[in-house]
Amino acid sequence: MPVRPVLLSPVSAGFPSPAEEYTDQNLNLHEHLVRNEAATFFVRASGDSMIDAGIHDGDLLIVDRSLEARHGHVVIASVQGEFTVKFLMRKQGRVLLVPANNAYRPLDVSQQEDASVWGVVTYVIHKFGSQAMGACRL
Amino acid sequence: MSFTNSAARLWVLVDCNNFYASCERLFRPDLARAPIVVLSNNDGCIVSRSIEAKALGIGMVPEFFIRPLLRQHKVAVFSSNYALYGDISSRVMRSLESIAPVVEAYSIDEAFLPIAQDLDDAGAIALGKALKRRVTQWTGIPVSVGIGTTRTLAKLAAEQAKKETGVYLARADTSATAALLKKTEVGDIWGIGRKMALKLRCHGIHTAQDLREAENGLILSLVTVAGLHTALELRGIPCLGRELPVPRRTLVSSRSFGQAVSDKGALLQAASLHAVKAAERLREECLEGTAVSVHIRTSRHAERVYSAESVVALPFPSAATDIVMAAARQGIEGIFREGHRYAKVGITIFGLKEADQPSLLDLLPVPGAGAKSLDLTGAVPHTQKNRRQESKDLMAALDSINRRYGQDTLRYGACGQKTEIWHMRQQHRSPRYTTNWNELPRAR
Repeated sequence: MPVRPVLLSPVSAGFPSPAEEYTDQNLNLHEHLVRNEAATFFVRASGDSMIDAGIHDGDLLIVDRSLEARHGHVVIASVQGEFTVKFLMRKQGRVLLVPANNAYRPLDVSQQEDASVWGVVTYVIHKFGSQAMGACRL
Repeated sequence: MSFTNSAARLWVLVDCNNFYASCERLFRPDLARAPIVVLSNNDGCIVSRSIEAKALGIGMVPEFFIRPLLRQHKVAVFSSNYALYGDISSRVMRSLESIAPVVEAYSIDEAFLPIAQDLDDAGAIALGKALKRRVTQWTGIPVSVGIGTTRTLAKLAAEQAKKETGVYLARADTSATAALLKKTEVGDIWGIGRKMALKLRCHGIHTAQDLREAENGLILSLVTVAGLHTALELRGIPCLGRELPVPRRTLVSSRSFGQAVSDKGALLQAASLHAVKAAERLREECLEGTAVSVHIRTSRHAERVYSAESVVALPFPSAATDIVMAAARQGIEGIFREGHRYAKVGITIFGLKEADQPSLLDLLPVPGAGAKSLDLTGAVPHTQKNRRQESKDLMAALDSINRRYGQDTLRYGACGQKTEIWHMRQQHRSPRYTTNWNELPRAR
């Protein structure tokens, strides 16, 4: 009686999948978050002017100076000698720094010589504290 | 790794402007146009000034000499923040590496870049501008770029760039370069020290142009082979190999590994070798260092990217190999992580100072012993006259050290022992914005 080999696992015809080229490795969060080490800095967010964008007091901001700041980016800007974190908006030839909180007003910096973009915020890291449950709707 | 000179058509020197002061300004937008000074270790002398501070006429003098002036003009005063400067420096170097294939860090704020291509003037200036833009964009530090046929010409060009447009080209054979060399005093040439300059001036060689045109035999007799190499470099003949003149304030020894290294032992060994070399260079130049930083990193393209730096203060200013090496090794122990393939290791020695000032620390009794064990070893016979002179010298040295490093830096054993003989004072140190989680800059 002929012996028929039994296949224990399915074999796909054709070439091996490209995904198999990447061996499993420890997932490195730093590598994932910091694309350009030389130009990336960490800044601590202060206050709640950007709370509606998900930036809370004490959150960690990852800031990349090598990115070109565009309309709609969250940026670190220096305004009147202070660092601020806001949305950068360009509108009808004006440059605005816009908060994400109704209690704050946008700032028109088009005419301000000492206002400049310091870097673009790429990620915000928020740690849940014991107060986090306050947002829960139950 | 030293670049073979024959392959470099042009040399670029990228030099950070007022580096320490610029680092302090980076996270202080309120000081964007303010006069800033940074003090050496122990808050002694001013070692870095912003343009505004220079404009006020503030020199590289001990801070307490001009304290009233500093207060009057509301000058921002900072202690040296080596952790910050070391970190920003490595960012500057990596920014350069993103454009140029080879970057030779020379001191904490200068790097030589050999250029293999044949660039015309426009191309060279364009490269200089691109480098300048990249560093300032990525790191916030303003730089000046000098380009020349040799390293020495590039260094001179960089000095000129600082005064002018920010990028300056000095090819050996142009009339513009000749004019620049005529304006440059011989003592201001990189590699020509004070004593060499004195000898040259006595023989009618006053400017860089004079040196360039002088006869080789004469140059050799006056300032030896090192001086001759400098003259040749001014003529456009590259001849500085491994032994570059020691920078004034920081010494960097760094190299890339041919093949990535994962073993801690190998890193320790490399760091130790750098330490040995660096300490030797210091002693040759009669200099001492006050802190050592080590820096290790993987390649930017590694699967797992890692880079780290650590600053270790020396127990006292020193050029002793064992002390520098111990600090370097301690630094590596603190930052080495398993599982990485390291591509580069380097050490930077900070706070260089002249070693010819008498160091009473050599004469102090061993901790625990009394003043009687003070041993003035030396060949000087202990006659009454000599003892008095020694005593005067001793007092002069004691006073000058206490004046410089603060009262009671050195005391007699009979007055009771302090546990730390040399304690670095840093009353005005800014936060370690880039190396400490608790000291990050904030944004509202």
